[in-house]
Amino acid sequence: MKNILWIVALCAAVTAQAETVYVTLEKDNALAIVDPIAGTLTKTVPVGQRPRGIAIGPDNKFLYIATSDDDTIKIIDAETLEEVGRLPSGEDPETFALSPDGSRMFVSNEDDSQVTVIDVQECKAIKEIKVGVEPEGIAASPDGRWVISASETTNMLHWIDTESLAIVDNTLVDPRPRALSFTADSKFVWATSEMAGTLTILDAETRQIIKNIKLEVPGVTFDKIQPVGVAIDKDNRWGYVALGPANRVAVIDAKTYEIEKFLLVGERVWNLAFSPDQKRLYTTNGVSNDISIIDLASHKVTKSVGVGRYPWGVVAKP
Amino acid sequence: MIVRSLLVGISMLSLTVFVAQAEQKQEIEIVYFTQEKTAPPALSNLDPFIRDKGELGAELAIEDNNTTGQFTGQLYKLNKVIVPIDGDVAREFNDKIAGKFSFVVANLPADDLLKIINANKPEHTLIFDAGTTDDSLRQRCASDVLHILPSRAMRADALAQYLLKKRWTKWFLVTGASDEDKLFAAAIKRSAKRFGMKIVAEKAWDHTYDARRTAQSDVPVFTQGVDYDILVVADEQGLFGEYLDYRTWIPRPVVGTQGLIPTSWHRTHEQWGAVQIQNRFKEQKGRWMEEADYGAYLAIRAVGEAATRTQSSQLNDIKPYLLSDKFVLQGYKGRPLSFRAWNGQLRQPVLLAAPRSLVAVAPIEGFLHPKTELDTLGFDQPETKCK
Repeated sequence: MKNILWIVALCAAVTAQAETVYVTLEKDNALAIVDPIAGTLTKTVPVGQRPRGIAIGPDNKFLYIATSDDDTIKIIDAETLEEVGRLPSGEDPETFALSPDGSRMFVSNEDDSQVTVIDVQECKAIKEIKVGVEPEGIAASPDGRWVISASETTNMLHWIDTESLAIVDNTLVDPRPRALSFTADSKFVWATSEMAGTLTILDAETRQIIKNIKLEVPGVTFDKIQPVGVAIDKDNRWGYVALGPANRVAVIDAKTYEIEKFLLVGERVWNLAFSPDQKRLYTTNGVSNDISIIDLASHKVTKSVGVGRYPWGVVAKP
Repeated sequence: MIVRSLLVGISMLSLTVFVAQAEQKQEIEIVYFTQEKTAPPALSNLDPFIRDKGELGAELAIEDNNTTGQFTGQLYKLNKVIVPIDGDVAREFNDKIAGKFSFVVANLPADDLLKIINANKPEHTLIFDAGTTDDSLRQRCASDVLHILPSRAMRADALAQYLLKKRWTKWFLVTGASDEDKLFAAAIKRSAKRFGMKIVAEKAWDHTYDARRTAQSDVPVFTQGVDYDILVVADEQGLFGEYLDYRTWIPRPVVGTQGLIPTSWHRTHEQWGAVQIQNRFKEQKGRWMEEADYGAYLAIRAVGEAATRTQSSQLNDIKPYLLSDKFVLQGYKGRPLSFRAWNGQLRQPVLLAAPRSLVAVAPIEGFLHPKTELDTLGFDQPETKCK
């Protein structure tokens, strides 16, 4: 009886925390757990060598973390933070995308210029797809139709049909495409080009470029504006682009594609993640070793939380 | 089957590229031009003499270009012209290259490069200089040659920025006997003046060039009696510079052509995706990527980038694009690379590397420029007569 009460109390304590943010720390070989409401670092746990890409499954039970120097993607229980499995990602995994139902994972293998497709249930690689040189950014469309892989040196977006697992089209974009994201309705793709300082928006139906935005920040020389992470809210109202060493996040109107404002965050801002309710945006700041919390109603940076060395990827769980 | 390989006339931004049929491939042939080298006098038995510096970088770039080319319907071919040791570079250029090819990547010393520049007709052939660091070649203000590697002035400025940041402002300059050493020393003196450093002593190294047995007695005497922060050495052939460190009279570090060196590429460099190309190079070519390989790689990648964007194999399309504001080259150094239109120099960060660690990357933070901080390195346009 006493034990049961204790468990109930523990459950209550867990549910009381509305949200958890997970941040991979590339240099600390660890995962930082942040309470974004309190704005505090809860704890840091070792997770493997050089953790970078991170995602959470659709049921919010498991985290997937690319531990690049372990040459695997680890499956971590989101509650206990214990390792429960490993996926055969190929060498040096950095970024990957989960299919909307969480059954398949698409991993960029930079050194081998290919994308590895993994059956998550079976923990098995089922296909290797040859793409351009140094694939990095990769995204799955919410409707399950497409996976797009961006190759940094070939400067292309490769459209992978998720039925046939083959490339059906290639789109040339500006130099060094880094990250991309679909809108929630799967109709548009936003892709950043780090060396050109641009954002390219494509129509997913026609696979044509419909807009190219040069991201210019007053008072910052053009070559420091290096867009990386990109996120668009579920209402397709605002999009956000992390500008790397320009230390800012661009807020872009997702209808008119006008730049609304720039939010000053930490140094070398890399990747972005929404809170599950999309009231906040979290940014990893690779050089200042913190994450910034942006309130999306006011478009203001409300807090920065020190997390550890080289924060790389970020994901939030309700 | 959809056959839409070339969408000529559509604006580049909206260009979607389709996989082309093999017979429609646009061919772009690039010549890699160099001369066989003799092994330099051995300073030690540690580093093997590498005969194919540059050549393997060219090969990797062609492979990378062709990976893109398979999606854009372009095929890149590498044509190697290697002049024998006793051959005549200018004659080989005239016989085998002049008027026949649009793009030539030359890995040649400055005097040989100048011979082929003088023999070349710029309307037929664009020369990429992937071998020299010579500032006078860059002061010709002509756009018939694009210089890939950082000039000596850019390298010296990179060092000076870092030394200023460290407040190591009193320099002792040691110069070797060759003409190249004197040019490097001149670049060092220019940078010292530019960044307000003081050259407190300057000496020519006139001791033996095989210092393995004698350095322990020569160097302390040579450096005695001067109060300085840092020893700057100008020894481009590497004949004595390695023997200065740890042997000076007072404990001072060595920078310049040995010790902490300014370079455009180094095996310690791994940031900004560099680890990817270092791995690819080593896996495919079986040795580390050298600076000459990086030079040839970038030259051929530049042609590839311009050919992809213009969807052309023609010099008349590619050259203006290379020199335009639109051209951006990714070079694994965290900044977009582009050409200085006034003298054809590729603007780029300069690495400051110790033998086993990357110490800094210039431009060093805090050195500002109204256009791009990369132009704090080397001769900026207002300092030249170039338009």
